Amino acid sequence: MRGRLWGLAVYMFVLGFILNLLGIVSHVVVSSFAKRWFGTPFPRALTTEWYTYAWREFGLAQVLGVTVFVALTVVFLALLMGFPAAYILARRNFRWKPVLLLLYFLPLLIPQMTYGIPLATTMFRYGIGGTVAGVILAVMVPMVPLAIFILIPFFEQISLNLEWGAAMMGASRYQVFRRILLPLTLPGLLTAGILVLVNTVSNFDLTFLVSGAGSQTLVVALFYNVFAGGVRPVYSVDAMAVMYMTMVMGLLIIALRFVRPTQMVFRLDQPSR
Amino acid sequence: MTRARTGEPSELDLLAIACLLPSLLYVLVLFVYPFLYGIYLSLHPLKMDGISLANYIAFFTDEYQYKTVGITFQIAVPNTIVVVATSLLFAYNMRRGIPFDRNITTILVLPISLGVILLAQGILGFYGGKGWFNQLLLGLGILEEPLVLTHNFIGVMLSLFMQQFPFCFLMLLGYISGIDPSIENSARTLGANPWTVFRRVMLPLIAPGLAMAFALVFILSFGTFASAVMLGQPSGATRTIAIAAYAQAFEQFDMPYASAIAVIMGIFQLAGLLMIILLRNRMVTAATMGVGKR
Repeated sequence: MRGRLWGLAVYMFVLGFILNLLGIVSHVVVSSFAKRWFGTPFPRALTTEWYTYAWREFGLAQVLGVTVFVALTVVFLALLMGFPAAYILARRNFRWKPVLLLLYFLPLLIPQMTYGIPLATTMFRYGIGGTVAGVILAVMVPMVPLAIFILIPFFEQISLNLEWGAAMMGASRYQVFRRILLPLTLPGLLTAGILVLVNTVSNFDLTFLVSGAGSQTLVVALFYNVFAGGVRPVYSVDAMAVMYMTMVMGLLIIALRFVRPTQMVFRLDQPSR
Repeated sequence: MTRARTGEPSELDLLAIACLLPSLLYVLVLFVYPFLYGIYLSLHPLKMDGISLANYIAFFTDEYQYKTVGITFQIAVPNTIVVVATSLLFAYNMRRGIPFDRNITTILVLPISLGVILLAQGILGFYGGKGWFNQLLLGLGILEEPLVLTHNFIGVMLSLFMQQFPFCFLMLLGYISGIDPSIENSARTLGANPWTVFRRVMLPLIAPGLAMAFALVFILSFGTFASAVMLGQPSGATRTIAIAAYAQAFEQFDMPYASAIAVIMGIFQLAGLLMIILLRNRMVTAATMGVGKR
């Protein structure tokens, strides 16, 4: 009986959570289509003009270009660096391994705001702060470890016998990589790639600290325009928020086809295993 | 598969080093070096030669600055407790699976990916004075006056909860559902009621996961910036330590002072982490006596 009550409570909470989420998201959507909206349950007249306004006034073509470029570059480089490192960490046992794992774990554990300020300071000192390259380099700091920790279990699943067998048949290292490791870790690469992509597009703290005019991603541009408030009609900011949300939701729907929801949060038990 | 893990630590060959080097160098150059540079910088205040603690002294003697530590604790501590407690409640009740649990998990993941800015913008609209939430409660006659839920502590907490609950819930769910069900079943067979099972059997087993959840949520909350800026009063009641650090860096352009604040923020986060680890060790030694496994 009590168990059933708990079950009911869980569903009620989930229902409340969904309503709350729906309310938050649809309020932004409705507001972005409102001509004027003040104090009524629903705007009196609807319009799409805020979308064209936002596109024009906020220079969204350029911002979107930067966002896509940053995201794709980060995914490519994070996988390129993460793949070999994850392979060694999954396969070998060496003296400094726990230290190394801790080192890779720290950028994921420490909040980006804490190390972002010294990082931004350093980058501005060397003249890469405020550039697109700077944003890419900064966002990669937590993304390379993220890719590594996602890839490690995928390597662990591949039996060593496959590699030994191939080596015995005379396959070179490159052939083992090309014919065995790469095809078998493709799901892992896909998972890691998608999660890095989603995290890069929605990364605020690091991008915010390091970017300058011309190197803002969509989410940072959105933040600045909220604060130019008063000048910017709230409806146009909401239109921009909806564009951002469409982009992230699209990515997420693609992601959830390949990725289990529990993989969306990095697992704590991995580094210590 | 396990041979490589159970064997003696081996030396790394050239290939292994070549594989590790790019990512290792990356983390060293872009994470470790800036961190050390930040500490170095914080000890070299502007308009001063040589090493000095002046920035740290300035922070702890200026009420406007040191107050941010208290404010951040006031946000981080209650938020951590609420998030972890709700997550535990629901993860525990979902440990053996409930109908639609995959769909539920998917829904719970959504806010993580929406990002802080969209959430804040939505919360401002939905829970604002003229938002749907207040309109509904006023319309139903439950309220006389609209509730003030934004631009104060509640607004910041709402946003933090939406961001951190899914994360914490999934973590605990993974942890709790990984516990061998036969332990719980034995306790039931021996006549323990559900509450005793939770209190005497499951809670000690969950404790390490719970401690990690506490630590992570606390550290994240302690660094809150965007939520506090957008949903609070960034120059007053919810001026968190991250806002103070940002203001020094990008409004006053005093990088050494900003670095000092970042270091102070890091120290508090580390202290919170250490306290939780110590607490966890105490709980674990008490709990695992006689369990055998682990």
